[in-house]
Amino acid sequence: MKIPEPRESEVTDEAVFLNRREVLRLGAAAALGTLVAGCPEGGQADPPDPLALRRLPDVAPAAPAFRVDEEPTSFEDVTSYNNFYEFGTGKQDPAREAHTLRPEPWSVVVDGDVGRPGRVPLEDLLAAAPLEERIYRFRCVEAWSMVVPWIGVPLARVIERFQPGPKAAYVAFETLVDPEQMPGQRRRVIDWPYREGLRMDEAMHPLAFLAIGLYGRVLPNQNGAPIRLVVPWKYGFKSIKSIVRMSFTEKQPHTSWNDLQPSEYGFYANVNPEVDHPRWSQARERRLGEFRKRPTLPFNGYAEQVAGLYAGLDLRRNF
Amino acid sequence: MIVDTRSCRSTEADDLPRRDRAKRIGAALRRHAQALAIGLATLPAVALALRFALHGPGANPIEEITHVTGEWGLRLVLASLAITPARRWLGWRAVAPLRRTLGLAAFAYAALHLATWALLDHALDGAAIAEDLTERPWVMVGMASFVLLAALAVTSTRGSIRRLGAARWTALHRAVYAAAALAVVHHFWLLKADLRPAIVHAGILAVLLGARLAWRLRAARRSS
Repeated sequence: MKIPEPRESEVTDEAVFLNRREVLRLGAAAALGTLVAGCPEGGQADPPDPLALRRLPDVAPAAPAFRVDEEPTSFEDVTSYNNFYEFGTGKQDPAREAHTLRPEPWSVVVDGDVGRPGRVPLEDLLAAAPLEERIYRFRCVEAWSMVVPWIGVPLARVIERFQPGPKAAYVAFETLVDPEQMPGQRRRVIDWPYREGLRMDEAMHPLAFLAIGLYGRVLPNQNGAPIRLVVPWKYGFKSIKSIVRMSFTEKQPHTSWNDLQPSEYGFYANVNPEVDHPRWSQARERRLGEFRKRPTLPFNGYAEQVAGLYAGLDLRRNF
Repeated sequence: MIVDTRSCRSTEADDLPRRDRAKRIGAALRRHAQALAIGLATLPAVALALRFALHGPGANPIEEITHVTGEWGLRLVLASLAITPARRWLGWRAVAPLRRTLGLAAFAYAALHLATWALLDHALDGAAIAEDLTERPWVMVGMASFVLLAALAVTSTRGSIRRLGAARWTALHRAVYAAAALAVVHHFWLLKADLRPAIVHAGILAVLLGARLAWRLRAARRSS
């Protein structure tokens, strides 16, 4: 990838979203952290500062159709509250532990019914389309949510370049398996690798996105560096992180949470306030940073764009 | 074999002041066991408050308060149940009153846990609270555990023992076993893939209840 200087004006700056108090608090925390840490050499290192990550150049601002008119969740919350079991099952584990991941160099294996299979370096994969910003709602199946300014390329543009064949009805994704880089994989909480998948028409939908950054910078490791899926109308677990494989299949692929607990996590996993998780309600959600819960919207607020994909499908059974 | 008795004796003599000191510390610990237990039991709440004060509330403080108060409520019930085995196995007679202290501390955390759920998580939304209580088995089980703990906390005074009579009071307070078991189930039920924390608590509870079962069986065999 060429790295010319970014034009700052084109990218949503995190400072826009961090209010003054938060900026001050971050600064104070950093200063305090330095004081408390005392010895910079040896001892336990502080988690790497995601604000030190490289800014992404030449990012087209989010088109109106791809930006929700809601306040994005603070950069700090987006990068410190993550479900990424490859680095531990606690919400703060990924931010603390993910520094062992090496996102460069990276490549993605493309196989199955596809015209151009092979191991594709990340740079080549990204050549499919210019980088753009998307400001999407993100709703976790655990009933919390956020709004994230992602940077990446439309999934459809990437898939088109691979030339999927007539038998490609689904695209399956896999996360890296490497317990050295992903210490959480030393325990078999999940049958690694983490797997996800989409029906082909879902994958080709303009909202489906491959993100390589957020808030103007490359993805922090804890958010799924260097490349992750973002499917905003589905529960967060569909948006698989640190992707190393894309397979074009005839049959519906196995997906991790569906395999683990099929009665609780469906293959579709469309956000649906009408269909509760067997153990808790999906009718409402807590937006990170807010006190009161808010109602959850059908398809996470993207019903107008995506409901057509599921015409005639019983969404209670195909949850 | 040559045995240097002199050196043996002298070591013993050297040890005396140290043993003395150990004895004094032991006595002080016994005297202040209650205060120590109360101090230790408040630590998790203090630590949480400090974390919020120093590092800010984090992304989801309501979730964190819920988890911390719930976990410590359960752990303190288990600690309270560990007092009798500690007394019998280790001969620590001074810890006996801690059963009540730790039980009340457990109730305090459970009450905070419940208050967090109703006041913060649901912002006192009656419909949402009612839905949780009628449709979510995991919430029902947690509430049942809390109700039992509350009944035990209310009747934890000497006056209650007098009013109820020792036999009836003891029978009532066996409900702590049910409260602990329900709390463990409550914890199990809300976890996703990683069940390890609940398995640890369940294992400890199994040992604590198993010990009591073994004592009963042995006592029954002896009397028959």
